[in-house]
Amino acid sequence: MTNYLFIECRDPFESKDTQFVAETATALKQRDNEVTVFLVQNGVLAARRNARGSHLSQLAKAGVRLLADDFSLRERGIQAAELLPGIQQSNIDALTDILVRENTKAIWH
Amino acid sequence: MAKYLSIVERAYHGTLEEQDDTILWISHMVKKAGPDVTVLLRANAVNYAVAGQDASGLTFGKAALSVPPTLDRDVEELIKAGVAVCVVREDLADRGIESGELVGGVTPIGRREVAGLFDQHDQVWHW
Amino acid sequence: MSNKTLTLALMDPPYESANSTTAFRLIAAALQKGINVNVFAYEGAVALPLRTQVPHPNPIKGTTAEEQHHPITSAFISALFEAAAASGAKLDWVNCGMCVDERGATEWVDGVRRGGPGDFAKFARESTNTVVIGTR
Repeated sequence: MTNYLFIECRDPFESKDTQFVAETATALKQRDNEVTVFLVQNGVLAARRNARGSHLSQLAKAGVRLLADDFSLRERGIQAAELLPGIQQSNIDALTDILVRENTKAIWH
Repeated sequence: MAKYLSIVERAYHGTLEEQDDTILWISHMVKKAGPDVTVLLRANAVNYAVAGQDASGLTFGKAALSVPPTLDRDVEELIKAGVAVCVVREDLADRGIESGELVGGVTPIGRREVAGLFDQHDQVWHW
Repeated sequence: MSNKTLTLALMDPPYESANSTTAFRLIAAALQKGINVNVFAYEGAVALPLRTQVPHPNPIKGTTAEEQHHPITSAFISALFEAAAASGAKLDWVNCGMCVDERGATEWVDGVRRGGPGDFAKFARESTNTVVIGTR
C-alpha cells in the first residue's frame, strides 16, 4: 500500500482537467492505497458546499481524504461553515508533514 | 533502480522558441543520468505522438527560426533511448487522432490503466 | 534536526503564478522543521532569484516604493537561505544552466548555484520525496 498525495491547485470552473485527479485518485483508492487530495490556491474554489459541478463529492464518497489550505480559503473569503462536508481545513505545515511521510508519492496538479 | 513516471499534459507552449518540449527534453536527460523513465502523454500532449508535424519556415523580418522543433522525432528518440512512451487512448480519441497517425513504438493505454502506471513507479512527476 | 529531504522542481517565472508563493511557503515550512530542501529551478523559475529585481511604487494606491514594499522573489529566497542557516537545515537551490543562458538570467542572489538535469536526477534519487510543480 502506498500513500498518494495530490496537491490540487486547479478548480473545475477554469480547468476540466480536475476530472483527471478525481478519476485517478478514486482509482488509486480502489487499488487499496491511501489517498489524500490537498486543495490549495484556486483548488479551494471547488470546496464550497454550494459550488456547482464540483468533483469533490465524488472523491469524498470514494474515501479520499480531502484537505483545504487555510490560507487559500481565507485569501478567497471562504468560511469553514461554507465547506462541503468531508473537507477538513488544513495548512502548509500539515502538507509538509504528509510530504515527508514514508512511502508517499506526491503529485502536483 | 528507481523508476520515474514523467507526465506531459500541456502542449505547444514555448516549443517553437525552445526548439523542443522542455518536459520531453528533461525526461530524456534524466534517463541519460541512469534511472528508468516512463513518459505518459495525456491531454493535449498526446498530439506530440502524431507523425508528420512541421513547424518550419517562420521568419521575423530578416531573422529566421532556422531550427524548428521536431516533436514527433523527439518522441521516437525517447523510445530509442529506452524510455517507454505511453499515450492515453481516450485523449487521442477525443482529439480525433487515429492510431495509424502515431509514430511507431508508442504504447496506447486506457484512462483506467493510469492508476496502475502510478503504482508501478517510485515517483510520479506531473509537469 | 530532521534527516529528511524534500526536492521541489519549479518552472514558473516570478509574478505569473500562485505556484511560486506556495512553493516558498512549502520551503519555509520544511526548513523551519529542519527538513533539508533542494530546489531545481527550471525554465522561467531561474528568474526567481534575480538580484537585479527592484521594488516599485503603486500609482493607483499613491504609494512610494518604500510604502508599497512590493514583494521581491529574490529577497524571499535570500530569507529562505537565512532560515535554513538558523534551523540547521540545508537549502540547495540549483538554477538550470541552459535555462539561465537562453534568458540571460545570470545575476542571482548568494546561495544559488548553476546546475542541470543531472542535479535534478540526483536530488530525486536522494530525497525523501520530490514534488514537481509544472507550469501552465
